Amino acid sequence: MTTLTKKDFVSDQDVRWCPGCGDYAILAQVQKVLPELDVPRENFVFVSGIGCSSRFPYYVNTYGFHSIHGRAPAIASGLKMTRPELSVWIITGDGDALSIGGNHLIHILRRNLDVNILLFNNRIYGLTKGQYSPTSEVGKRTKSTPQGSVDHPFDPVQVAMGAGATFIARSIDVETRHLQDVIRAAHAHRGTSFVEILQNCNVFNDGAFEPLTDKKSKADHTLVLEQGAPLVFGPNRDRGIRLNATLGPEVVDLGNGVGENDCLRFDEANPAITGMLARLDPQQFPTPIGIISRRPRACYEDGTTALVEAARRGTPADLHALLHRGDTWTVE
Amino acid sequence: MPSEATKTKTIERRESVVVRFAGDSGDGMQVTGTQFTTATALAGNDLATLPDFPAEIRAPAGTLAGVSAFQINFSTHDVFTPGDELDVLVAMNPAALKANLEDLKPGGMLIVDREGFSDQNLKKAGYSSNPLEDDSLAGYQRFPIDVTRLTTAALKDLGLSARAAFRCRNFFCLGVAAWLYTRPTDPTEAWIRTKFQRTPEIVEANVRAFRAGYAFAENSELFAVSYEVVPAAIKSGTYRNITGNTATALGFIAAAHNAGRPLFLGSYPITPASDILHELAALKHFDVHTFQAEDEIAGIGAALGAAFGGAIAITTTSGPGLNLKAETLGLALAVELPLVVTDVQRAGPSTGMPTKTEQADLLMAMYGRHGESPLPILAASTPSDCFLIAYEAVRIAVKYMTPVIVLTDGYLANGSEPWLIPDLSALPPIPVEFRTDPTGFFPYVRDEETLSRPWVIPGTPDLEHRVGGLEKDFLSGNVSYAPSNHEQMIRVRARKIAGIAREIPPLEVFGPAQGELLVLGWGGTYGSLREACRRLGEEGHAVAHVHLRHLNPFPSDLGRILRSYRHVLVPEINLGQLVRLIRAEYLVDAIGFNKIQGRPFKVSELMERCRKVLGGGPEGEASA
Repeated sequence: MTTLTKKDFVSDQDVRWCPGCGDYAILAQVQKVLPELDVPRENFVFVSGIGCSSRFPYYVNTYGFHSIHGRAPAIASGLKMTRPELSVWIITGDGDALSIGGNHLIHILRRNLDVNILLFNNRIYGLTKGQYSPTSEVGKRTKSTPQGSVDHPFDPVQVAMGAGATFIARSIDVETRHLQDVIRAAHAHRGTSFVEILQNCNVFNDGAFEPLTDKKSKADHTLVLEQGAPLVFGPNRDRGIRLNATLGPEVVDLGNGVGENDCLRFDEANPAITGMLARLDPQQFPTPIGIISRRPRACYEDGTTALVEAARRGTPADLHALLHRGDTWTVE
Repeated sequence: MPSEATKTKTIERRESVVVRFAGDSGDGMQVTGTQFTTATALAGNDLATLPDFPAEIRAPAGTLAGVSAFQINFSTHDVFTPGDELDVLVAMNPAALKANLEDLKPGGMLIVDREGFSDQNLKKAGYSSNPLEDDSLAGYQRFPIDVTRLTTAALKDLGLSARAAFRCRNFFCLGVAAWLYTRPTDPTEAWIRTKFQRTPEIVEANVRAFRAGYAFAENSELFAVSYEVVPAAIKSGTYRNITGNTATALGFIAAAHNAGRPLFLGSYPITPASDILHELAALKHFDVHTFQAEDEIAGIGAALGAAFGGAIAITTTSGPGLNLKAETLGLALAVELPLVVTDVQRAGPSTGMPTKTEQADLLMAMYGRHGESPLPILAASTPSDCFLIAYEAVRIAVKYMTPVIVLTDGYLANGSEPWLIPDLSALPPIPVEFRTDPTGFFPYVRDEETLSRPWVIPGTPDLEHRVGGLEKDFLSGNVSYAPSNHEQMIRVRARKIAGIAREIPPLEVFGPAQGELLVLGWGGTYGSLREACRRLGEEGHAVAHVHLRHLNPFPSDLGRILRSYRHVLVPEINLGQLVRLIRAEYLVDAIGFNKIQGRPFKVSELMERCRKVLGGGPEGEASA
């Protein structure tokens, strides 16, 4: 196999996102990582729904399917079940995955097909020009909520966890290296990999994640997860998370006899830790970034393929016999 | 099994007989009817059946809502319908009697379980007095039998619970019917042994009940006569009995098998289509992948994904599900991938009457998508025709790279008939060639004859490309908003579908090639239309019958045929859908005949309507 480079994954189509959109950075990281994955280019398939993020497949020079709103997981499921050797990627957004396509999202997660889902969460509807989304915060003023939204938002990570996802991660559009690492890990995971990418819509929801991306504030507002490491954050790694007397998380300043060893240690396979991290209140705690949960289990298409293979080994595909099954009679 | 007793009784010959078994939905009437059908098929009669059951799995026992029935028409001649009127009604309780008596011929045989007519059951069915004890049934031959007592007595030493013994009553009644119509008993006993092989005591109980019923009829003075229906003179070959849903499933398997590709079914359970999913789920050894999706949309979505990957992809549903699949159908026809949707039509609108038949989804199949979105529509005429229609749908989908809608209906799906098992070598081939050559490749480069684009599947080196629902450039398939390109694409997609008419075989005209009246039908009404026209022909009327299997595009000889008759009558189980298309397409003054009762047409009502047209010229809208 000739060595692939990023250029091999750039299609001949002009990218048409707004200048300054976070999607550009995500596209660049995906195109950078794909050549490293040891997959023939023709075996990649990008399937998307509708929305700004869902234009993504047009810009990647692989097989691609820009489908209809919310349905990418359904289309990807049929493809992966019949062509398990393909590397299937679903590109979706907060409206596509969590509003119109919510049902398909939770079902692909529970079935655990070996596909990768990249959910670009910008907390707004961009392509329809600025209505609130299912991840918009309460009180959000948009064209469709001039007095402020009254909807309580979804947290994508908690939705994925509730649906039984086996790999859940969160990254940020501008954190290029971190995002690359997460994309690599998502690809390496056998099962549905769910990646929430916090993405800035500079036209309709600019600065939605600014505390997490601004150089001055991000160390206080993000908790970068590392397997086995203590939950420590802050510009000087001077704050940590430990359990309080009622087994709830609390932020503690390190020093004065409190050390990293007094903080909780991250374990991506322990639901007590991952569940707690998924539910941290962003008003009081930093936002966890990285692989939040990884608990492998059997892939759906392995099971369905095994059933078909076992049946084929057991019984010949004899069409004549099938048509003559049961009681027959012959008229001379 | 015939014994000395039978020899003292008379055997009379009958040309054809219509029997209906009716009872509570828990009484096993569908099993009884199906077994009687198998025995009848093996006896060499032609036949047609009509199962009729409630949507409720177990409606309250003894109520009208819970009545389940199975009707069979069998004959020495060709049979086209399950029959208008009953020669025999078997009624297990008062509700079954009340719900079905109006269909029993005057003087017809009424076999009832006398013990089922308890005060409580009479009350539930709304009888103020016992019809078995007053003279309200005087116009019929009555055969009250103590089925429960006799069945229980036959099973006495088996140690079954009263309830388990009670549940064998249907086989007692089947035994009575088997004797009455000199049906072979071996197939039923063999079926019982296989069906209940895990519980030998139930095998014994059902066989005993069946034999007890047979012996009772044979020995009881109640029955003086038994009947013989000699085998029909039907075309030579090997036959089996088949329902429409099974035939549909087998047609898809045969198509995928001959295409050399896996079959993928994405589906969501819905009455009356679920049996296709059940059939296919049990036939994985034919490289069949079934996916019970989270909803109707995911069912077709997954199928479209599988089609993108190169599988023979299908989805199955009924009317409400077709509504939900409309958007994905639009995508499938925009990306031009092969996909077959089967709509087993049921009575609508909305949830309607899920277990009752109707053919009111034609206009939805034709027009139920936004934008200019034509696609081929096929409709099966009989239960066994579902096999060929399913096969043909896959052939067209693959050849023309298009989604195809197959319309069957609840009547075809659950009804059965003997099927002359086709010669596999006579089926047309379904060649599948995935493009692999990059020279001159564009995703939307079209075949000159069919106008279909190449099928290129992921995994093919150097042909990486993107498809999607946005309008595409005529050749490259890249997103295009160019005004003239849009019109070009709209027109080429329409021309591609219209061009399928080239290969639709000439229509079969039953009756004179020209004359007074053409009866034009489609779908599950075939049998009744055929029988009505045959009888009218015998009466000397110049009446012909044409039944459409291709509804979009129409066969190219249809226009000429329509103009060869003075009147065109289009009977449909809807308010007039095909008739609308015919009038719009051909400017022919076709008139409708419409009945929307969740039931097939009766031959008699069709004949009456035709006679009116023949006698007095076309009348306005008429209903049955």
